[in-house]
Amino acid sequence: MTEPLLESRGITKSFGGVRALRGVDFAVHPGEVAALVGDNGAGKSTLVKILSGTLAPDGGEIWFEGRRVAIPTPVAARDLGIETVYQDLALAPELDPAANLFLGRELVRPGPLGRLGFLDKAAMRRRTNKAFADLGIGLQDTGAMVANLSGGQRQSVAVSRAATWVSKVVFMDEPTAALGVVQSGHVRDLIRRVRDSGIAVVLISHNMPEVMELADRIEVLRLGVRVARYRAADTTMEQVIAAMTGALEPGEVA
Amino acid sequence: MSETREVPAEAQDEGAEAPARTGLRGTLRRRLTETTTWTFLILLGIVAGFAALRFQQFATVFNFRNIAADASGLLIIAVGMTFVIITAGIDLSVGSVLVFSGVIAAKVMLAVGGEGWGAIGAGLVAGLVAGTAWGVLNGLLITKARVPPLIVTLGTFGMALGSALLITGGIDVRGVPLRLTTTIGIGQLAGVPYVVLIAAVVTAVGAVTLSMTRFGRYTYAIGSNAEAARRAGINVDRHLIKVYALSGFLAGVAGMVSLARFATTTIGGHSTDNLAAIAAVVLGGTSLFGGIGTVLGTVVGVFIPAVLQNGFVILGVQPFWQQVAVGAVLIVAVYIDQLKRRAQERGERR
Repeated sequence: MTEPLLESRGITKSFGGVRALRGVDFAVHPGEVAALVGDNGAGKSTLVKILSGTLAPDGGEIWFEGRRVAIPTPVAARDLGIETVYQDLALAPELDPAANLFLGRELVRPGPLGRLGFLDKAAMRRRTNKAFADLGIGLQDTGAMVANLSGGQRQSVAVSRAATWVSKVVFMDEPTAALGVVQSGHVRDLIRRVRDSGIAVVLISHNMPEVMELADRIEVLRLGVRVARYRAADTTMEQVIAAMTGALEPGEVA
Repeated sequence: MSETREVPAEAQDEGAEAPARTGLRGTLRRRLTETTTWTFLILLGIVAGFAALRFQQFATVFNFRNIAADASGLLIIAVGMTFVIITAGIDLSVGSVLVFSGVIAAKVMLAVGGEGWGAIGAGLVAGLVAGTAWGVLNGLLITKARVPPLIVTLGTFGMALGSALLITGGIDVRGVPLRLTTTIGIGQLAGVPYVVLIAAVVTAVGAVTLSMTRFGRYTYAIGSNAEAARRAGINVDRHLIKVYALSGFLAGVAGMVSLARFATTTIGGHSTDNLAAIAAVVLGGTSLFGGIGTVLGTVVGVFIPAVLQNGFVILGVQPFWQQVAVGAVLIVAVYIDQLKRRAQERGERR
């Protein structure tokens, strides 16, 4: 197997007296979908926040492309080519989809106006429409505030934002939780397309059939440690669920 | 926020794609529900009403010029306040900062001495720097010390006014160069008072900055969802410091305008400027919860009380009614904002 693109070694994190992560090892390779599964409170979201720069770990190491790195801020993650679809979506509800897609990366007009910070709204709108079309999102009213969109549409905005900017690793924390059947299908297609372009996808999901369908590898967290890792093709949903709930001896298949 | 919400709405719109409004009709409906639109209609109605009742006295160039000149200081402050409130903040210190920067400017002018532009220029620069410095202090305390804006600016509200009183011993500073008053203070360009021109330029620059630049976009984004802005790589602290510095700077500008118009520091005259500015901003459709608002709306919000005051005087109605009327309109404006928010939150839960 190739060198891991992003790897965590022995990551620990406590919140007050609660030990959310007790030394988590996790790795994801270029061009694969690694699913991170586990019951509520297993530490999935905490691990994602640490690897995407929104939370500082108490201990442990992060390795990226074979060298040890620190990811102290979301900007640091972004500079490494890491994008995240947060569970809370991290959208600005009062702004429109284009403004959200380009949040923190606004395009400015060419020339002196650009140096003054004048936004190129038309260009951002155009590229947003294209990104949505690629994802099969039909928004009739792209000028509407995100707050006026349905839950599914909002999630689509967050997913297409990550897909637009990612170059190395994308974390997707429950990317289809609020989506209908058709849009879930679009997101699954998108995840495959992103993976096939050589990007590493980390999928966090409660939806086990979806995990089995999409993942190349499954890593199981339980009570803040990784208890098992499976190659998706060689395992069954029952095995994975058993590992999640602690009913099975830890396996190390991958 | 402890709001009682009706639960059942949730069950029905599970995963629905319902609220996607179509093109033109969607835009139209958005515009019509915007607070700004109907407060603008209220302003037009007020103007039309007074014009109908007392056309000869009210609807004159002279009178409109007066209204605009009287409102210019408040308008300048309110433009800064618009930025602050859109970030979901508040700046109570503006009136005191206005007085403080006026005092500093007057003192510097007197210290330099003479009637020349050198003294005036030095004083104006010192006043603007003083205003900006208070704004920077507000911003630093809010972002670095993590004290809520309401408390920080309430504190600097007292500190700035107290410092102004200490510097002057409580007596207004007089004797600033007469040339300041005769030019900037009461001078006109093509029939438009300089103070109105200054306010107009501030407003135009503010409106363009807010709606068309990255600075404005960050202002909205932070007020809408500061955590999302942070995760998107926006330096939220630095931007907030800039916004409060802007508010302090504009309070300084208003202080210079006031000094030029009245040739004295008017220490006692600005204790409720902060509330007047906040009322104007909110009347103009800016949400106290952040993320929503326009400078144009603020202009409307400034002129509703200004026109009411003027009209009541002309009609011979006790001008105190203006305060009653503005208070009532303000509450209605926020009530409507709340209704909108609640409708939105209901839509938000999946």
